[in-house]
Amino acid sequence: MMFNLDKKDFDHFLKDLLETHDLFAPVQLTEGVSVFKKIDNPGEVSLSQLVPQKSAKEVFFPQSEVMFRYQIAGNQGPTVSEQKIERERILLGARPCDIEAISIIEKVFTGEDYTDVYFAEKRKRTTIIGLGCNHPLSTCFCSSTGGGPFNRAGSDLFFTDLGDAYFVELLTEKGMAFRVNKFFKEADSEDLGLMKEIEDKASQKVDRTVPVEGIEKRLDLMVESPFWDRAHEKCIGCGVCTFLCPTCHCFDITDEAVNQKGQRVRNWDSCLFPIYSLETSGHNPRPTGRERTRQRLMHKFNYYPKNFGRVACVGCGRCILYCPVQFDIREALVYASAKRGKGRKGKFK
Amino acid sequence: MVQQQLREKAKELLSNKTVDLIIGFGEWTLPLRTTPVFIRTPEGAKSLVWNSFCENNLTAYLHKFSRLKVGLVVKGCDARSVTALSLEKRFPNHPPLLIGIPCQRLVDRKKVKKAVKGEILQAVEQGDLLLVKGENFEVSLKREDFLYASCRSCAHRTPHQAHILIGDPVEEVSLVDAHPEVSKLEGMSPEERWSFFEKETSRCIRCYACREACPMCYCAECFVDSSRPRWIEKSLSPSDLAFYHIVRAFHQTGRCSGCGACERACPMDIRLTFLTQKLNQEVKDLYGFETGIQPEAAPPLSTFDPEDEQEFIK
Repeated sequence: MMFNLDKKDFDHFLKDLLETHDLFAPVQLTEGVSVFKKIDNPGEVSLSQLVPQKSAKEVFFPQSEVMFRYQIAGNQGPTVSEQKIERERILLGARPCDIEAISIIEKVFTGEDYTDVYFAEKRKRTTIIGLGCNHPLSTCFCSSTGGGPFNRAGSDLFFTDLGDAYFVELLTEKGMAFRVNKFFKEADSEDLGLMKEIEDKASQKVDRTVPVEGIEKRLDLMVESPFWDRAHEKCIGCGVCTFLCPTCHCFDITDEAVNQKGQRVRNWDSCLFPIYSLETSGHNPRPTGRERTRQRLMHKFNYYPKNFGRVACVGCGRCILYCPVQFDIREALVYASAKRGKGRKGKFK
Repeated sequence: MVQQQLREKAKELLSNKTVDLIIGFGEWTLPLRTTPVFIRTPEGAKSLVWNSFCENNLTAYLHKFSRLKVGLVVKGCDARSVTALSLEKRFPNHPPLLIGIPCQRLVDRKKVKKAVKGEILQAVEQGDLLLVKGENFEVSLKREDFLYASCRSCAHRTPHQAHILIGDPVEEVSLVDAHPEVSKLEGMSPEERWSFFEKETSRCIRCYACREACPMCYCAECFVDSSRPRWIEKSLSPSDLAFYHIVRAFHQTGRCSGCGACERACPMDIRLTFLTQKLNQEVKDLYGFETGIQPEAAPPLSTFDPEDEQEFIK
């Protein structure tokens, strides 16, 4: 079903949602820096930055999350509190790459043999309102990794910015619940035409030449390749790429306790940090940047595809944009690819 | 010209095996940026570039390549970091060969991005101008309006410690009286200062890009990574974030060259240099010491002498 939401009504639409839901959307922290956060009033929502530094994964898998709190009193055993999701949630303004990434993490966190209740519960209670990318960046390569700037997979509702209004598509059962929303007007054929035009134009802009197909097999042969000796050299070993990556999902669990009271917290971790793989004995199976850089790429383009049938990269370009030393994952893929892309020349010599 | 001379010199140094490796700057995929390059063959020297986007402090890589004879491309600030590290006895075997370039002050890419609407696809320097192009725009900006704050206040642009100097020394004047962030901070009340500091650190995601980009951060085990004793938790609580940034800055006292690499590395645009620059100012006022200017002068916080001149320390 297709509707039109006048931008003049947008704040009222959000205000209504806030009555019944916890709303998460991009918020600008300072000029040029935004993250997904829980919204208290409509004015906070800022949809202008195409890829907020921190991705929408944080709505389901926060960087730092208290799993439970505990307290020991006298001779009694500890009392433990649980985390409960009180209200239904809405994720608004996530781009197709971030939404694709949520489904990638979901496969890990809600597998057949195990379920991560923290992630699963939030996912179950969340309606996703996706937003198409009218102006993809030159660093975007979602169309190379199986997505696209208007890929609707994973969205319950999908918005396209028509200028004065949003074109609204209801795509799933969760989305259909919005068909009676009082701010949605029926879309006409002109709206539909404009939406298609915007979609076509944007889709043509995104780089399709990053060679991802077959990368898994190619990497099988590259475990001891001299490529890794070169690829890691400029990496300074910070966590920018992994923390900003919408698909990276490694974490570390610690207890923060003072005397009788404490909390168990899980925090994002990064395979690029030396202590990530440091063992109690002092031995580190990934002793240098070479092994750690290899791990980062192998997990995305070899191990994950083997387990789940697709690469764990959605082409959002964050790791390229925000890397302090310009490690460009596209160039690593071009190098690793036997095909070297269609007419694309690699920069790694 | 400087770029050409740099390439020729690098080629020569690799040909006659004076060095095993040259670490410099090269072009890569993004506009307004360069990338660190690692060159081992004379032919590779042609990929070296020199422009206003050479923003990394490559001195940070010396820890990684300590077993090689390294030729390092340095600006004034980078060379000062090397001197500071030498004083800390970081190069017992192979002190790096410094290929110094007097710095024209660097362009703040984030500032340029904020000045235009739309994505920048190309940026070229032409004299005092910066030509910036996107899909639907083309503007020329005055280079001087877009310099990094740390570069505007720099008065040590010529790497005098360098073994080889490419290009002529430049006039050593600061474009501003004091680091603008520091003056702003000094004008605040303690409460305002704390709330400014907390607002900045609240954006921290603990990726440690600032730490890794800094040549002076080379502790075998950083205090944030220590589990015994555990100095700090790993979450994003305001106290932990503040703690990390305070300790990081304090550990730089008398060691920071003010290059600004930490701030540039931050993906969350946290202003980090106001603290380190303030500390640099304090050290200068109290001890008359500036990091890496005099190769023999020991850093004041690493030495003790009963005859110390400063009354306040006795």
